Amino acid sequence: MTDLPETTDKKLGLVIDLDICVGCHACVTSCKEWNSQGYGAPLADADAYGPAPEGAFLNRVHSFEVTSEDGPPQLVHFPRSCLHCEDAPCVTVCPTGASHKRAEDGIVLVEESMCIGCGLCAWACPYGAREMDPAEQVMKKCTLCVDRIYNENLPPEDREPSCVRACPTGARHFGDLGDASSAVSQLVAARDGFDLMPEQGTKPVNKYLPPRERDRATAAPALEPVGEAGGFLGWLDRALSRL
Amino acid sequence: MHPAGSLIIFTVLSGLGFGLLAFLGAGVVLPLGWEAFVWFAAGYALAGGGLLASVFHLGHPERALLAFTQWRTSWLSREAVLAVAALGMMAPYAAGSVFFAQPLPVFGAIAAVLCLATVIATSMIYATIRAVPRWHHWTTPAVFLAAALAGGALLAGQLRLAGGLFAVLAVALALHWQAGDRRWRDAESTPGSATGLGRIGRVRLFERPHTGANYITREMVHVVGRRHSAKLRLIALVGGAVLPAMLLALMPASLLAAGAALGLHLVGILAARWLFFAEAEHVVGLYYGRAAA
Repeated sequence: MTDLPETTDKKLGLVIDLDICVGCHACVTSCKEWNSQGYGAPLADADAYGPAPEGAFLNRVHSFEVTSEDGPPQLVHFPRSCLHCEDAPCVTVCPTGASHKRAEDGIVLVEESMCIGCGLCAWACPYGAREMDPAEQVMKKCTLCVDRIYNENLPPEDREPSCVRACPTGARHFGDLGDASSAVSQLVAARDGFDLMPEQGTKPVNKYLPPRERDRATAAPALEPVGEAGGFLGWLDRALSRL
Repeated sequence: MHPAGSLIIFTVLSGLGFGLLAFLGAGVVLPLGWEAFVWFAAGYALAGGGLLASVFHLGHPERALLAFTQWRTSWLSREAVLAVAALGMMAPYAAGSVFFAQPLPVFGAIAAVLCLATVIATSMIYATIRAVPRWHHWTTPAVFLAAALAGGALLAGQLRLAGGLFAVLAVALALHWQAGDRRWRDAESTPGSATGLGRIGRVRLFERPHTGANYITREMVHVVGRRHSAKLRLIALVGGAVLPAMLLALMPASLLAAGAALGLHLVGILAARWLFFAEAEHVVGLYYGRAAA
């Protein structure tokens, strides 16, 4: 049903630390790997070994350059995936009820057997979080690894989204952002976490942590200008120049 | 946004069809027998044909019936429900006119309202997408409705009325472009807000996440052909609305004048609809190097 739940019991989501993401794309690769075999149709590619390969991914890592008047320029790696918004515009536009937001944990999912592949949800999402599967012609999106986080066949340490498990720097965190005492909520509070495009009114659940302030080079006093050397060395310099 | 040919043709033809059926249903013309058959058949072919084309455009047309279920939140679902209701309500009225020389005005009037509601629902699919600032404005339904009414009046043979409605369409188009240009320029979303890094400084894309295209870039970061937009706007405005309005106002009412106006309008409105998609920028482009205007 495409009505959004008034409230959800939990607000499961990710917190992504832009300070320490190194842009290795391990989260992208592990996401693609996990979602090619678990929930729903396998996440497909088109022309994978041809001249113009492309495929559906649920997570993409961009790199941005940030320059300012008074600080050093910074290169910030920026993972982008579904933010599991509280006011998810992708859900309400769905004509079939395939897109839905779960009342129990707030995860936004696509019931693929109901999806007609019209693509309207991908248009409605400001964040580009939904991609059409090139083989199955149904809409794919981040499931927050719903087939891992509740999966009792996995060891407890693996019951978190594949991208979080794969991140080698610990830049990705998973938890309940509706619970103010949870580790992720405290992290967001401590590090001044923010929403992407809050002006779009989507109320994202996922939060991003800003890069910490960088060290700045202290302004060292300029060196004294090197003048014409005098004495023996000066004579030597002039003599050699004349040769 | 990617200007898909099927969507352009579907919205133009179904708009014309529902416009024509609205005038027939409202009883502005009261054809009977064979004459009625031709008019209703044209209306059904344009409106229904467009709908059918859009169904086959889907990734999974076999599940299309599900699209009637989510009318409480989805304008696309509302469009489907309204379209079927309009065509269904029109059927007894059309049958009465064609076979029994006895139009049933209550059915006709309800169907006429449903026809216009369908056109509005089509336009609201676009107008409610906040992520496309150019569409998210009242001029989007205004243009769709004016185009359907003007084209419908022309097809229904109401030439003087159509002339006036074409003038309204010209104004609606001009307002839509003016508002649209301003909306992207003034849009709150910037690379800084999209990444949240605007608080540190000026944000510029350094590297895309992938070297090739993907669904997002093909569908929503379409940048082809915008350089011709000024010329196409002229064609859309003059051909689609101004010339038909002048033709119908100044020339004596004749089949020739109507035919010329229809031909010009079709060329112009196709150009306008192409621009509607091609000029519309989606905020996701901000993640792919589109700077704020």
